[in-house]
Amino acid sequence: MQKTPNNKAWFLVLPVFLLVAFSALVPLMTVVNYSVQDIFGPGQGFFVGTEWFKEVLSDERLQNSLVRQFLFSGAVLLIQIPLGIGVALMMPKSGIKSSVCLILLAIPLLIPWNVVGTIWQIFARGDIGLFGWSLNALGFEYNYTRNTLDAWLTVLLMDVWHWTPLVALLCYSGLRAIPEAFYQAAEIDRASKWAVFRYIQLPRLKSVLIIAFLLRFMDSFMIYTEPFVLTGGGPGSSTTFLSQTLTTMAIGQFDLGRSAAFSLIYFLIVLLISWLFFTAITHADKEK
Amino acid sequence: MAEITLKSLAHSYTDTPSGPDDYAIRQMDHVWHKGGAYALLGPSGCGKSTMLNIISGLLQPSEGDILFDGERVNELSPRDRNIAQVFQFPVIYDSMTVFDNLAFPLRNNKVPESKVKARVHEIAEVLEIEGKLYKKAKNLTADEKQKVSMGRGLVREDVSAILFDEPLTVIDPQLKWKLRRKLKQIHEQFDITMVYVTHDQLEASTFADKIAVMYGGQIVQFGTPTELFEQPNHTFVGFFIGSPGMNLIEVKRCPRGVCFGSTVVTLDDWQVELLQRLKSENIKIGIRPEFVEVSSLPSDDTFPATVVDVEDLGTYKIVTVQLDHEKLKVRQPEEFSAAQGEQIYLLFPRQWLKLYVDEFLVQEQK
Amino acid sequence: MSLILENLSREVDGVDYIRNANLTFEAGSFNVLLGRTLAGKTSLMRLMAGLDQPTEGRLVYNGSDVTGQSVQERNISMIYQQFINYPNLTVYENIASPLRLAKMAESEIDRRVRETAAMLRIEPLLKRFPLELSGGQQQRTAMARALVKDATLVLFDEPLVNLDYKLREELRAELRELFRERQCIAVYATTEANEALALGGTTTLLHEGRVVQSGPVMDVYRAPVNTLAAQLFSEPPMNLIRGRVTATEVTFDEYSHHALTQELSQLAPGDYWFGIRPSHIGLVPTGEDDLEMAMDVELSDISGSETFMHVRNSHFEMVLQLMGVHQYHTGAPIKIYLPINRLFVFDQQEQLVHTPSQVTGGPL
Repeated sequence: MQKTPNNKAWFLVLPVFLLVAFSALVPLMTVVNYSVQDIFGPGQGFFVGTEWFKEVLSDERLQNSLVRQFLFSGAVLLIQIPLGIGVALMMPKSGIKSSVCLILLAIPLLIPWNVVGTIWQIFARGDIGLFGWSLNALGFEYNYTRNTLDAWLTVLLMDVWHWTPLVALLCYSGLRAIPEAFYQAAEIDRASKWAVFRYIQLPRLKSVLIIAFLLRFMDSFMIYTEPFVLTGGGPGSSTTFLSQTLTTMAIGQFDLGRSAAFSLIYFLIVLLISWLFFTAITHADKEK
Repeated sequence: MAEITLKSLAHSYTDTPSGPDDYAIRQMDHVWHKGGAYALLGPSGCGKSTMLNIISGLLQPSEGDILFDGERVNELSPRDRNIAQVFQFPVIYDSMTVFDNLAFPLRNNKVPESKVKARVHEIAEVLEIEGKLYKKAKNLTADEKQKVSMGRGLVREDVSAILFDEPLTVIDPQLKWKLRRKLKQIHEQFDITMVYVTHDQLEASTFADKIAVMYGGQIVQFGTPTELFEQPNHTFVGFFIGSPGMNLIEVKRCPRGVCFGSTVVTLDDWQVELLQRLKSENIKIGIRPEFVEVSSLPSDDTFPATVVDVEDLGTYKIVTVQLDHEKLKVRQPEEFSAAQGEQIYLLFPRQWLKLYVDEFLVQEQK
Repeated sequence: MSLILENLSREVDGVDYIRNANLTFEAGSFNVLLGRTLAGKTSLMRLMAGLDQPTEGRLVYNGSDVTGQSVQERNISMIYQQFINYPNLTVYENIASPLRLAKMAESEIDRRVRETAAMLRIEPLLKRFPLELSGGQQQRTAMARALVKDATLVLFDEPLVNLDYKLREELRAELRELFRERQCIAVYATTEANEALALGGTTTLLHEGRVVQSGPVMDVYRAPVNTLAAQLFSEPPMNLIRGRVTATEVTFDEYSHHALTQELSQLAPGDYWFGIRPSHIGLVPTGEDDLEMAMDVELSDISGSETFMHVRNSHFEMVLQLMGVHQYHTGAPIKIYLPINRLFVFDQQEQLVHTPSQVTGGPL
């Protein structure tokens, strides 16, 4: 007797399918729809094909903010990943000290993003902020509202303060998962501290580092709230990143078609880079 | 290579031990001779892992000394003791090739690369993993990984001892004996002091020339596999070695020997004499199932017993018999034919009947 | 009461998990599934439980087709290799859990839990939590939970693998006792031939998803249908050597010549496989007809009371199982003796053609 496969299982997948459709596909299709039309008012849209995309890609303002965005994300990753690993390595392994460290590390992660911006906005001020005042008192010319470099450094410092703990926590959990026997074996093999890090800790942190890297890349690439609160994108447009440029275009100028096209390109860039990174890593893994 | 001496060694995990129960290892003196193949055998919780960690230097004994070739090494770390260790689960450097894994300890010691190459190839040949040298170590099978982690200990010419911590736990049953053979061969070839920790009597007796059986923080017997089987020095050794273990019966002093229920077992004169001198009431007699003789007819020294159960194991039978109120196991050949309920007669050959006072074997003093 | 598997097969993505299993399990029987890792023991048990559905064949219980019925609709218990208990419930509540699901009266639950706990000797532990117990006690708790509900089918999937051998001996003996009185069908999977022998009952040999042989344990052991069955049901595996029979003599691997004896003279001339159990080879001759062979010792594996000696020469590789402790150095030359009346003979297709005249007894 031949049994037919049980098809009931498909019904279990249906809710998830509908949820994904409503939360992701429908809004995305709306954006796609806008990106190929010129809309003057309700019901007054004209099909323009790839016009908006061509315009967006040749827009110098957008190109500049894209370059800034890459610089920013690159700097974030370059600083936060090594720093996070370093912090995790230095943390105590057990006992009350490690609990205290974990709590202290977690605090920045619990603060709402616009509050982070506000904190640093005040903290870095030359007149009343502890950080800015101290720098000036020490003889440094520091003013993040006027000097481009200062503004950049402040935004970066804020992001490092806010998000390095996440990388550190991920790495810490990864390090804790390494069995004691590995350290014992390394000691017996007379491995130096550097060799222990290079051949035991780093290889075994790989999977958490992939996650940390992807999270930090995506997050920093889409950063909006904190620099907006801190510098407002200035001085000039020196700290105006992609999200802010897009928001100004969509809400400030109500340029729907153009910003829809921009959104799609933005989305594709994030997707592409994440995918490239992910396949590069997993491909390297498969190599025999 | 080194001779490892434990001098009045004891270890407690509590800071202020108040009694013998607070000790993971009770005070002992012991010598692991240069170039010997030893096993440390015992059930979980007997103190064998503590002992291993004290030898390797991961743990400092709370009392007494540990000496390598006569020198006190209590405070030395594993790296300074030149101890190599193979763990329960294979510990290899995943990101390296097999070659680099084996070369790692040498490179850490700044050995010239030409020498590294020669030595690694030599060891790989012994371990039969030459073909895998340029593979990533993480793609090896469990037994190959264990070989690599052992190889890292062997490549160093200055290694003083290799410790094995239940190294066959994750190995497929069909491959276990091959790896055991390899270990044995390597010992014969390299002549390094090796200590092998396990709870498996088969692994211990195959590998080791001498076995230390640990129980309750003590080494209750240190002897060859034959000695452990034929002359168990402690009731625990009798029980733990052999399958099924030794039959042990609690007995009382009687005029010409010992008795239990209405059964009287006569003993040798020297045993009776010794018994009179010893005060303890904790007296047992023991005989291995393999050594009980069975006949269908009574004779002078036999005891009548009833067959309670017969377990046919193909090549032999394990017969459970009831003698007075005690149940005993008897190992019999395949052709043993008595059925449940039948009466048979047991003979305990004098040389195999052991007497235990306070759990330790009573031996003739010559 | 019986459970019958009719032509049962399960295939997943073109891979045979189980192929054409035809087996009958009677109530009150103890059945051992013996096979190596991945032989299909777990797959077969999952099919019997209804956890997986067969791609072909039927499952008949008490005369009615139960194929496709889910495990919840049937009264089944399963015990695994891992000690599976609810960590946040006491031992008592762990054992009581299946009865609570069945909405049994509190007094009845209490009676049954205590009775089962007493049977498995964990009564003093009822108030403890599973993680405070030793491995053996944890597995006893899991077994108590499986036995408390009077299941009609109790499945054991290598339950003793993770325990040390002394505990294994103890629990194995208890299991035999426990099931002697019960009216359920017990099925027990193991990779160890000695465990199958110790447990007794019916033995089914599995290999690569197929049933090789099934029957009362001693019948299977004494008359393996082919070389595969002989290898599977022997620990260490039966020694097999190739030989040629002519009108006057038998030659092993064109190397060792022996005159044909009474026992082997019925064999038609031709090529055969000769099998002998490791325990039947001796270091001293048992009779005049014994085949003598010169070998080198590869390894003496000593188990305390027994020695497994691996020997070889340029033609053969064999394992001997000897009573007592025999220490030899690797490479030591020895002579071994194969009693001719202990030889199993298999034809070119590896099917059994001759059982030894002496099936019991021997050098120990």
